[in-house]
Amino acid sequence: MPLSGFNWLEIVYLVATALFILSLKWLSAPTTARHDVWAGELGMALAIAGTLCERGIINLQWIFIALVLGAVIGIPLGLVQMTAVPQRTALSHAFGACCATLVGTAEFYLRAPNVPKFTMSVLAMEVILGGLTFTGSLMAAGKLQEVLPQRPITYKGQNFVNLGMLAVAVGIAVTLVLHPEHKDLFPGMVGIALVFGVMMIIPIGGADMPTVISLLNSYAGLSAAAMGFVLNSKLLIVAGALDGSSGFILSVIMSKAMNRSFTNVLFGAFGQVQAASAAGTEAKTVRSASAEEAAAILAAASKVIIVPGYGMAVAQAQHKVRELYDILTKKGVDVVFGIHPVAGRMPGHMNVLLAEADVPYDKLLEMDNANSDMPQTDVALVIGANDVTNPAARSDTSSPIYGMPILDVDKARTVMVIKRSMNPGFAGIDNPLYYLDRTLMLFGDAKGFVGDIVRELSGGAHH
Amino acid sequence: MTNDVLINSLFVFMLAAFLGFEVIKRVSPLLHTPLMSLTNALDAIAVVGAIALVGAGRSRLGTVLGTIAVVAAFSNVVSGFLITDRMLKMFKSSRPQK
Repeated sequence: MPLSGFNWLEIVYLVATALFILSLKWLSAPTTARHDVWAGELGMALAIAGTLCERGIINLQWIFIALVLGAVIGIPLGLVQMTAVPQRTALSHAFGACCATLVGTAEFYLRAPNVPKFTMSVLAMEVILGGLTFTGSLMAAGKLQEVLPQRPITYKGQNFVNLGMLAVAVGIAVTLVLHPEHKDLFPGMVGIALVFGVMMIIPIGGADMPTVISLLNSYAGLSAAAMGFVLNSKLLIVAGALDGSSGFILSVIMSKAMNRSFTNVLFGAFGQVQAASAAGTEAKTVRSASAEEAAAILAAASKVIIVPGYGMAVAQAQHKVRELYDILTKKGVDVVFGIHPVAGRMPGHMNVLLAEADVPYDKLLEMDNANSDMPQTDVALVIGANDVTNPAARSDTSSPIYGMPILDVDKARTVMVIKRSMNPGFAGIDNPLYYLDRTLMLFGDAKGFVGDIVRELSGGAHH
Repeated sequence: MTNDVLINSLFVFMLAAFLGFEVIKRVSPLLHTPLMSLTNALDAIAVVGAIALVGAGRSRLGTVLGTIAVVAAFSNVVSGFLITDRMLKMFKSSRPQK
């Protein structure tokens, strides 16, 4: 086993493992979080340097070229705009899974036909999870980057086809465990896993992305842990287990925030249900307001909760929103942000965007805290969020999002919603919030409209 | 793989998974995006497995696949740490300024 040669290398790996755990532990609070990157980096540098120094390493020129190429690809990916972070994350899940799949494949051909049963089982797990995560994450990245159509694509018998493919892949894996000499079956197993990854993401819509990205994160971690079993590397097992449990916890949080189960996210064909329920709505009246009126109401308020959603990210409105926060705070208005766990396209998406725009993090409230403040709030300003504010989730048992925890913006004295038009949002669910007496619709682009409000507010200050 | 090695590995995996749950449960939802990019970078430690594969030079297939794997994993190391660092620098509190 190449990874378990000398004791000193195992000691280096042990130190690296401790540094990895510390770096995750320090992430628990924003005040200590700044240490964590160097701890992780140090652990990584030690582990890589230790491996490179191991006696008997050949092909150093290839390794060197590969490291340089990896850095050349990695640097621009590390410098992307904050709005592109969801697709970057999906892409990095794809790269991680790609590594596990390739190493697993190479290890199989090096060892077959003498592969012990347990090694073959984890090896099969490594390449199946790796393969489906690789193509699945590429699909997710494509949808997020809008290279691929974002709408869920569903067809009759989809779940049957997907489960059938998975069953065949598992069947081949079992055959290989029992008869590892059937080398020719291996490419079939990898191929099915790759196709399954694509098929798995086809029916996923944008609103489900936070859950799916978390799930893919978990799979990528588990495939790395499986790789650790194959290579007998405890460092890899620990890193994979940490990544796997992190992704799993995030998936559970995201699923709960949408009141749905994993199986529902993956096999639910959510998009179709929504389209059907949206069809039955008749024309109702809404009240709209201009930027001038909105500015006057905001200036007169003493407490404002801003609820951002994916629309804010799409319009790149976070910097204008920060200006609005600044000017209202200066006028003595208490402004906080209510962040729904699934607002945006990945866990924590809104927090990162607002932090990028220099909104202090102690003004970003979790859903429960924001909701307990809501009845004492004068204005709830919804920017580019839709389903996460839909009161039908509380009251309408026929709604596809019934039971989903929401931000109770309708409990604030006045609700203002910035929205392009009355077209139902991405998910296609009608939102009764818009027809309430206390709701004012502010029609326009999020960035432009918030900019107009800021101009009104700063103009008023000069008079 | 002997039974001892297998049992050891399973112990390590179980303990790491429980530790992961305990540590990650405490991460504030505020930092969920950096959490994901950090665990992604840490996960890219798979690069040492890929390096060992290429370095052993046991077959041409191993060298080729391993080299691609090193590229993929190391790009995650670089981009993961870089973006996590950038994100964490953005989180500032309003309190020291007041």
